[in-house]
Amino acid sequence: MLQNVVNALVLGSSYLMIAVGLTLIYGILKILHIAHAGVYAFGALFTVYLYELGLSMVFAISFSLIASSLLGAFIYRGFYKHVLERGRIVPLVMSVGLFAAMEDLYRLLWGPYKRPFDVHLILPDLITPNLYLGSKGILMLICTAIVIFLLYLLMIKTKLGKSLRACANDLNLAGAFGIDTDRTITYGFLIGSALAALGGILVGLYDNTVYPTMGSVPSYKAFVVVVLGGFGSIRGAVMASYILALVETLIVYKFGFLLPRDAIAFLAMIALLMFKPEGLFGKVQR
Amino acid sequence: MSLDYFLTVSVFTMINTILALSLNILIGYAGQVSLGHAAFFGIGAYASAVLTVKFGLDYWLALLFSILVSGLIGLLLGLPALRVKEDFLVLATIGINFVVVSVFNYVKFFGGPYGILGLPRPKLFGIVFNTKIYALYVLIWTTVVFFLVRYISNTYLKLGFDTLRENEDAAESVGVSSARYKMYAFAMAGLMAGLAGNLWAHYMTVVFPDNFSFPVSIGILTMVVVGGVGTLFGPVVGAVLITFLPELLRFARDYRMLIYGFIIVFTMFFMPKGIVGSMKERIFGETPLGRKYIEKVRRVTGS
Repeated sequence: MLQNVVNALVLGSSYLMIAVGLTLIYGILKILHIAHAGVYAFGALFTVYLYELGLSMVFAISFSLIASSLLGAFIYRGFYKHVLERGRIVPLVMSVGLFAAMEDLYRLLWGPYKRPFDVHLILPDLITPNLYLGSKGILMLICTAIVIFLLYLLMIKTKLGKSLRACANDLNLAGAFGIDTDRTITYGFLIGSALAALGGILVGLYDNTVYPTMGSVPSYKAFVVVVLGGFGSIRGAVMASYILALVETLIVYKFGFLLPRDAIAFLAMIALLMFKPEGLFGKVQR
Repeated sequence: MSLDYFLTVSVFTMINTILALSLNILIGYAGQVSLGHAAFFGIGAYASAVLTVKFGLDYWLALLFSILVSGLIGLLLGLPALRVKEDFLVLATIGINFVVVSVFNYVKFFGGPYGILGLPRPKLFGIVFNTKIYALYVLIWTTVVFFLVRYISNTYLKLGFDTLRENEDAAESVGVSSARYKMYAFAMAGLMAGLAGNLWAHYMTVVFPDNFSFPVSIGILTMVVVGGVGTLFGPVVGAVLITFLPELLRFARDYRMLIYGFIIVFTMFFMPKGIVGSMKERIFGETPLGRKYIEKVRRVTGS
């Protein structure tokens, strides 16, 4: 039982990383940014590439995070920014096209095969008679805790955080009150994309493999978390990640459900949408 | 291109045309964006597969039942649409798609990841449909569906959809039941996609879950949007382009999906109303009819 809870915590952390960034972006622009998962895969693949080139792990990860956040900002500045006025379907389809192109580009650059991501961590494994938590799981939990703390500081204490919240509340109104919305959104993309890349790296570490299509399941799974958390609420996304992971794990453990866990997540999402369309922690819109 | 290869690609193109036309009823006419259309497609295909292979039903009876079943399930899957709107609906339909494929994938009755093998080719007056006859058969169905959609475009049904798309609350306030029209839209889309599923399944003579997964839904949406949302010919043009494009790009092998992805991105960049929509605007833009049309498209795409 305890083992299951711990597994769920690690799993939830992996959801959280990608979902929080997505929440940030969705909260402001209200577009379904499917290519976010492309950034997630890029983070992991680029780290492995740099690491194989002979860079040390810390440098590889830092460079990869910077590159990923720039990639995210480029996606906004180069693509979404120009089609925001054209309704909701256009950015969505554009995002889909980007995601398809990105996955194929990774395949061309780094080969279609799964690559090992074999790194020895200095952290110890946690082994007791009824609990096993590997060092990579511990790393994921620590990183998540740090990320949540930093995000909290960013959103509450800094001016950028205030601007981000204002933009998420009402983009036009924020602009009218003198906030440089374009720059704020770009920062949102920078931060969100770095988080997605970090999530990709940690999941790659945890599963010990990276591959070009590793973003395809997270690309829509992350949206489940965003929906459950109530659109645009970061606190909600954090809670929803863990709740979802816990529920999935416990259902599979207790009942040995027929369908895979992702299907359970979607069933939960549909059921929730039917009865509480604004999400678990969302405010009623309009 | 040999003839058989050309015919095969044509069959896929026509099946995709039916799918795109049916999705366009949901998106372009009724304003309900669905990203799970491949689920209906899959239900039609699997219903037919189960009926013919597991129960030994005749093809023509199976055709009837599979269309009805997917229409019915379309109604059921339309239920979430009664409660949720816009982006929430997009996500709900992604979820539905995923759950349906998981059911095909993990329930033993549906054969698991390898699907169901050995579907019969249709037979009429003792003649088994080979590739050539089958292409003709699919062409007939595509024509029927096309004219059906065209017919719908001129009826009160279309007016109901229009009001629903423009403003749901306003529609309710003048006595148009948005729930009823949503159900109509989902049922019709389900029926047509089910037909497409049946045609696909009996052409391939095998069904397997992967062909009905989320990327396929995205492909169908892409056809509709690239062709032109809310136009009659848009989905047809989109389906022809998107199905033939990868074949034409075959010389570029490794770069296929890359080029394909960027074509989608740049179509959205320069022709956000889709190819047919933008062309119409350019050609008829100055006439009164053209202005009326542009106004309509503007309302659909919200731009």
